[in-house]
Amino acid sequence: MSLTRENIAAIAHLARLAITEDESAAYAGSLSKILHLVEQLNVANVAAIEPMSHPLTGMVQRLREDQVTATDEHEKFQRNAAKVSDGLYLVPKVIE
Amino acid sequence: MAELHTLTLAELAAGLKSRAFSSVELTRHFLSRIEKFDAELNAFITVTPELALAQAADADMRIATGTASRLTGLPLAHKDIFCTDGVLTTCASKMLSNFISPYDATVVGRLKQEGMVMLGKTNMDEFAMGSSNETSFYGAVKNPWDLAKVPGGSSGGSAAAVAARIAPVATGTDTGGSIRQPAALTSLTGIKPTYGRVSRYGMIAFASSLDQGGVMGLSAEDAALLLQSMAGFDERDSTSVDMPVPDYAATLNQSLKGLKIGLVKEFFEQGLSEENIKPVKEALTVYEQLGAQLVEVSLPNLPLSVPTYYVVAPAECSSNLSRFDGVRFGYRCESPRDLMDLYTRSRGEGFGSEVKRRIMTGTYVLSAGYYDAYYLRAQKIRRLITEEFAAAFQKVDVLMCPTSPTTAFDIGAKVDDPVTMYLNDIYTIGANLAGLPAMSIPCGFLAGLPVGLQIIAGHFAEAKLLNVAHGYQQVTDWHKRMPERYA
Repeated sequence: MSLTRENIAAIAHLARLAITEDESAAYAGSLSKILHLVEQLNVANVAAIEPMSHPLTGMVQRLREDQVTATDEHEKFQRNAAKVSDGLYLVPKVIE
Repeated sequence: MAELHTLTLAELAAGLKSRAFSSVELTRHFLSRIEKFDAELNAFITVTPELALAQAADADMRIATGTASRLTGLPLAHKDIFCTDGVLTTCASKMLSNFISPYDATVVGRLKQEGMVMLGKTNMDEFAMGSSNETSFYGAVKNPWDLAKVPGGSSGGSAAAVAARIAPVATGTDTGGSIRQPAALTSLTGIKPTYGRVSRYGMIAFASSLDQGGVMGLSAEDAALLLQSMAGFDERDSTSVDMPVPDYAATLNQSLKGLKIGLVKEFFEQGLSEENIKPVKEALTVYEQLGAQLVEVSLPNLPLSVPTYYVVAPAECSSNLSRFDGVRFGYRCESPRDLMDLYTRSRGEGFGSEVKRRIMTGTYVLSAGYYDAYYLRAQKIRRLITEEFAAAFQKVDVLMCPTSPTTAFDIGAKVDDPVTMYLNDIYTIGANLAGLPAMSIPCGFLAGLPVGLQIIAGHFAEAKLLNVAHGYQQVTDWHKRMPERYA
């Protein structure tokens, strides 16, 4: 599987990444190499094998009581934001 | 008395207890070594001297008033992937180069509770994606054994700091070998525990089904000492395992007579010259002399662990790193035109090239039309590999193989070829896919550069791993060697 620069542009858009022309050419090459490596997986016979998403089998998702455990610390958290006003995160205007 | 930096963590603990020196003296000693050597090593992203000295003074009070624990007053360094309340936490990325964490990771909080002293935050590959510590926004870390070589990665700063004795012990994280491979390349003892053994809360996520925190230190005894307090259930991590933590120190000295060691056939056949395998084979002979029995085992699908990993890990990374949007925290681009421009430029400018490569790989393998061919298939092969490990542990107590296919390589040698770089983790990735605990211990040198022996055990058999490593370290002294420049 070889990827073109057009493929890379589409992937970058899905991933919300702005990349330059130079980067795009480089990624077309290196992602193609990675997909070539990944093609080795085609040799394995995986018929009737259950996919595994968690390394410890037989574990169940733990649930907790639905009660408030965290206190409101939004001022502390918002100190890391680029732009904040009246407790709200500011972004460029979305709706005209 | 020997110089403080030449002592192990266990020896330093004994010294504090007997009041041979105070925590403030010990902390000053390591801070002055950081001051002296870190400019050439680049092991730290942030050094926290004021905080360290305040914590050391508190620790001395606890020691004086008899309220100290085994770890009180001992300095350590945290990999900069662990969130530290009020302290810059960057994950070695421009994206988080302005992020002051508003809370402590569970690992950080627990060791703080014990009264440990944080010297600072160590350098790493950006978002833990790399095997050479060259992808850091803060520059490459140097290997203390040869400053022209990489220390391995992604926990390269922790490795270099401990190997150069500018920190007595450090935390690390391991998603595909990021504790074990740098431990091997710098002659340290590193342990990646079972998935779920150490809380991932506050440990910035790369690939959530693979990430696990652990220890990089000078001996199995030191690793046991620190892991004892890091491990254990945490309700804030939904995959944390609620199981008691055994007393690791209690079983360190058990006899290794009758131990069954499985030698992974596929790993001894693959890509290693007779010369390069020599230190590992000599280590196996030492185990035989200790009464262990060597058995060849075969895991036929294990060679597929690298391609499996390079589907699963990027897929999880692309999902985890979608949280970096330039809105709530982290880097934001200058003068965004609109919201889409804000997202795409903040991410495009904030992430380095390897991180972007993995996000895009993950985005591709998860995208419509490709999911079954890549992600689902990789998850199926992950099960095959896990089942092969389980079958092997029916026959043997531990598996052994090299940690890394090569010793430390030149800085810059592999940066242009991601696939060659990915193959550094050929021996380590399997344990992550199967969630198994694994260690690397020093077992010799090739042309002056350290070689690591990897030991893998069954789920939650950390005590066995540490026992097996400690037994070897009682009759060998590779783990005591230190780079001359930093002796």
